[in-house]
Amino acid sequence: MTAALKVEKLNRSFGALKVARDIDLTLERGARRALIGPNGAGKTTLVNLITGALAPSSGRVLLQGEDVTRLSQAQRARRGLARTFQINQLFRGLPVLENILLAIGERTGACDGLWRPAGARGAVIDEAFGYLESLRLADDALKLVRELPYGRQRLVEIAIALAQQPRVLLLDEPAAGVPSSESHLILDVVDALDPDIAILIIEHDMDVVFRFARRITVLVAGAVFTEGTPDEIRANDEVRAVYLGEETHAAGAATEARHG
Amino acid sequence: MAVSEAPLAANDSLRARAREFLERRHRLHPGEIVPWLLIAAVLFVFPDRTTFGTQVLIAIMFALSLDLILGYAGIVTLGHAAFFGIGAYTVAILSARLGWGEPISMLLAAALLAGLAGLVSGWFLLRYSGLTLLMLTLATAVLLQEFGNYRSDITGGYDGVPGMTIWPILGWFENDLYGRNYYVFTAIVLLVVFYIVRRIIHSPFGQALIGIRENVRRMHAIGSPVHRRLVTAYTIAAAIAGVAGALFAESTAYTTLGVFDFDNSAKVMVMLILGGTGRLYGAFVGATIYMILEDEFSKAVPEYWQFGIGLVLVLAVLFARRGLLGLFEDAAASLRRSRS
Amino acid sequence: MLTVGGTVLPSFAAIVSILFDGLAYAMVLFTISVGLSITMGLMGFVNLAHGAFAMFGGYLVVTLTRSLGVPFLPSLVVAAVVIGALSVPFEKVLYSRLYRAGELDQVLLTIGLAFMAIATCTMIYGPAPVTVPLPSVLTGQIDIGVRTVPAYRAFVIVVGVALIAVLGFAFERTSIGAKIRAAVDNRRMAQSVGINVDRLFTLTFAVGSGLAAFGGGLAIQAFGLTPSFAILYLVFFLLIVSVGGLGSLKGTLVASILLGVFDVGGKYLTPEAGGFFIYALALVILLVKPAGLYGRE
Repeated sequence: MTAALKVEKLNRSFGALKVARDIDLTLERGARRALIGPNGAGKTTLVNLITGALAPSSGRVLLQGEDVTRLSQAQRARRGLARTFQINQLFRGLPVLENILLAIGERTGACDGLWRPAGARGAVIDEAFGYLESLRLADDALKLVRELPYGRQRLVEIAIALAQQPRVLLLDEPAAGVPSSESHLILDVVDALDPDIAILIIEHDMDVVFRFARRITVLVAGAVFTEGTPDEIRANDEVRAVYLGEETHAAGAATEARHG
Repeated sequence: MAVSEAPLAANDSLRARAREFLERRHRLHPGEIVPWLLIAAVLFVFPDRTTFGTQVLIAIMFALSLDLILGYAGIVTLGHAAFFGIGAYTVAILSARLGWGEPISMLLAAALLAGLAGLVSGWFLLRYSGLTLLMLTLATAVLLQEFGNYRSDITGGYDGVPGMTIWPILGWFENDLYGRNYYVFTAIVLLVVFYIVRRIIHSPFGQALIGIRENVRRMHAIGSPVHRRLVTAYTIAAAIAGVAGALFAESTAYTTLGVFDFDNSAKVMVMLILGGTGRLYGAFVGATIYMILEDEFSKAVPEYWQFGIGLVLVLAVLFARRGLLGLFEDAAASLRRSRS
Repeated sequence: MLTVGGTVLPSFAAIVSILFDGLAYAMVLFTISVGLSITMGLMGFVNLAHGAFAMFGGYLVVTLTRSLGVPFLPSLVVAAVVIGALSVPFEKVLYSRLYRAGELDQVLLTIGLAFMAIATCTMIYGPAPVTVPLPSVLTGQIDIGVRTVPAYRAFVIVVGVALIAVLGFAFERTSIGAKIRAAVDNRRMAQSVGINVDRLFTLTFAVGSGLAAFGGGLAIQAFGLTPSFAILYLVFFLLIVSVGGLGSLKGTLVASILLGVFDVGGKYLTPEAGGFFIYALALVILLVKPAGLYGRE
C-alpha cells in the first residue's frame, strides 16, 4: 500500500546552519501522527519542506507515491496536501464563508472562470456550509474573519484546510494561542476528522499528543530523534530528558552520533 | 455551538441568507444606472464641453484598468502608462504611417498589442514584488519611451506624429468640432469595457484576485496558481489601458511620447486613490473629479495645482485611505448606526 | 577612426573621456543615492521623495551663494547639515506612521511629498534652470595628460572618492556602522541584541538626507537644476538602489559607476539610442538578480 506521504532523507541548510538533517518520515493512509520536539527543533521547517514553501537542499518528498519535490506549494496543494499555519493565515477582511469558498473554488478549478458570477451556485454553498457546520462555524458564516475571537479564527484555519478535501493534512499547533476554555473545540474537531486522511499534527501539549496520536515522531535539532507508539515514547527516558532540558547536549550528541 | 442542536429549518435559513448575501453583490443595483445617466446628461447639459467630456471618459477607462490590477489584485506598478502609450501609438502608426484609419478596428488592434505587451512583460515581471516590481515596471515604461525616442523617425518623438487621419466611425460619424460623436463613441466603448470588468470582478477568478491581494501565502497554500492569475489580470488590464490610449489618439488625432511619462502613471494612481481602489466606481468618481479640477486649476495656477495634488495625496494616504467612496461608505454607515 | 563591422570604435582618448565623465556622473549619483539605499535597506520604506531632498539641497546652495554670499564649498556643507537636520522631524512626524503600511501607501505618500516639493521650488525659484557661482579654481580645464577635462568634474570625482573612503570606513570599522549592517541584515535579531533600530534609523535617515542635499548641490553644475529634478532623476536613484541592492554601500557604488559609465558611453557611441542602454541593463540585472547585485536574499 503506497504511503500517503513519504519523506526521504530530507536535508536543508542555511549556510552553515543545518535545519533539517536526513529526515525520513512515512505517513500511511489514515495516519494519526504527532510531531514533537523542543523549541527550535525544526518542526515547522519540516512542514514547510513538505508543503513546498521551502526547497530542500537534498532529499525527496512523495505524495501518494508521486515525487513532488520539484513541484510548487500550489501544485502540491492541488494533489491533496493541505496545511494550517501556526499563526493564522486567513483572509481577514472577508466573511468566513468566502474564505471557504475560495478554497473550494481553487480546488475545483472554478476560479479559472472569469465570466459567470461566483456565489450563485447552491451546491458550492452547501458544501461550504458542510465544513462550517462540522466546525460549529455556520452561525458566523457571514461575519468578517477579523471580527471573530481568536479561537474561532483558528477553527476557520482548519475549515479552509478541510475544504481542500486533502488526503494529507498537516496541522501546525492548531490550538496554539487559543484560551484553554475554547481549545477543546479544536481538539474535538481534530478527533472527528475523516479516518482516511493522513494527519500530522505539531503539538506541544502532551495530553493532546497522547490522546490523538497513534504514532509519535520526535524531532531534535533538525533530525528525527526517535519514533514510536505513545507508550514507547512515554517510557523513553531520553525523550523525557530532551524535553526537560537536561542532557540536551547529550541528546544532541547522541543524534549527531546516530547520523554521523 | 447551538447549530448542531438547531432544527434543520434554521440551517436552511442560514444558507438562504448566505446565498442572498452573495447574489446581492453581483446583481445590478438600481443605483448603478446613475453614472450612466450622468454621462448621457452631459450631452444635453454641457453640449459645448463634450470634447473635454471624452477625455474624462478616457481617464475613467484608464483608471478602471488600473483598478483591476491595483485595487483588486494588489499589484503595485509604476509603469501602467506604458500600455496606454502602446495603444495610442498603435493608432498613430496605423493611421499616419500605414494609412489605415478605421477607428473600431484600430481599437481592437490596440487592445491586442497592449494586451500582448501585458502578457509578455507580466509573465516575467510578476514573479517579483515590492520594490523590485516597482522598478521593473518603471524601467519598462521608460525603456519604451526611450526606444520611441530612438526611433523617432517612426514615432515622431516628443513632437508627435504628423498626419494622423482618423476615418469616420462606421463610415458616417466624423469627429466634428463639437466632438459629440466621439463622446458617444467613447461612452459606448466605456460601457462595454465596464461590463467586461464588472463580470470579471464578480466571477470566481475575480474573487481569487481579491484573495491574492488579501493573503497571497494562503492562496499558495490552497493551490491557487497565483502567477497565472496575476498575469491574466495584468494582460486584461493592459488591453483595456491600450483601448483608452487608442481612444485618446483617435479623439485628439495626435500622439507624442509624453504618453509614456511617469507623470501619466502617477496621475492615474492619484485618480484611483481619490475615488477609492477596489470599488468599481472609484475610477468614475476619482477620474471625473481629478480631470475637472485639473482643467480648472492646472493652467491658471500650475504650481498651486501641483502642490494641491501632492497635498491631497498625502492627506488621502494618512486620513482617507479608501478614497471618496470610502468616506462616503463610512458616512452612510454612521448614519445608519445613529438612526437605529 | 577604427571600424569593426561598420561600427566606429572609440579611440583611446574617447574611452578615457567616457570613463572620466562617467565616473564624475557616477560620483554625484552615488552621493545622492547612498542615503536612499541604506534607509530602504534598514526600514524597507519606499521613499520616492528622496530626490526632493537632493533638490532642496541644490536650491539651498543657490540661495546661500547668490543671496547670502556664502562661497560654494561651505554652502555645500551648510546645505547638507541643514537639510539633514530638518529631515529628522519630518521622519518622526510623517514617515514613521507608514513603516508598517504597504508599498502602495508609501509610494503615494512620498510621491505626494515630491509634488509638493516641486511646486514649492517652482513658486520660489521659477521653472527655469538655475546656476551657482563657482570659485574660479573649479571653472576651466585641467590637463590630465591624455586630454583636458573640466576642473569641476575632477573636483566631483575627488570629493566622491573622499566620501567613499569616509563612508566605507564608518560602515566597516565603526560600531555604528556595524550596528547598521546588522540591522539591515536582520532587523528583529538586531533589536533583540539591544540595538535601538529606531534611533539608528533616524540617524541614518538624517545622514542620508544630508548627503542627498550635498549631492544636489554638486548636481547643479553637473546636471542642471530645475524644480523637476526631484522626479526627473528619481528614476536613476531608484534604479541605482535596486540594481545595487538595498542597504549596501558597495552595491550603490558599483551600480552608480555601472549606470554612470554606461549612460555616458551609450550616449557617446550611439547618440540617438543613448538613454536606452541603462534601462535595458538595469532590467536585465534585476531579472537575473531581483535583490540587486549586492542585495540579500
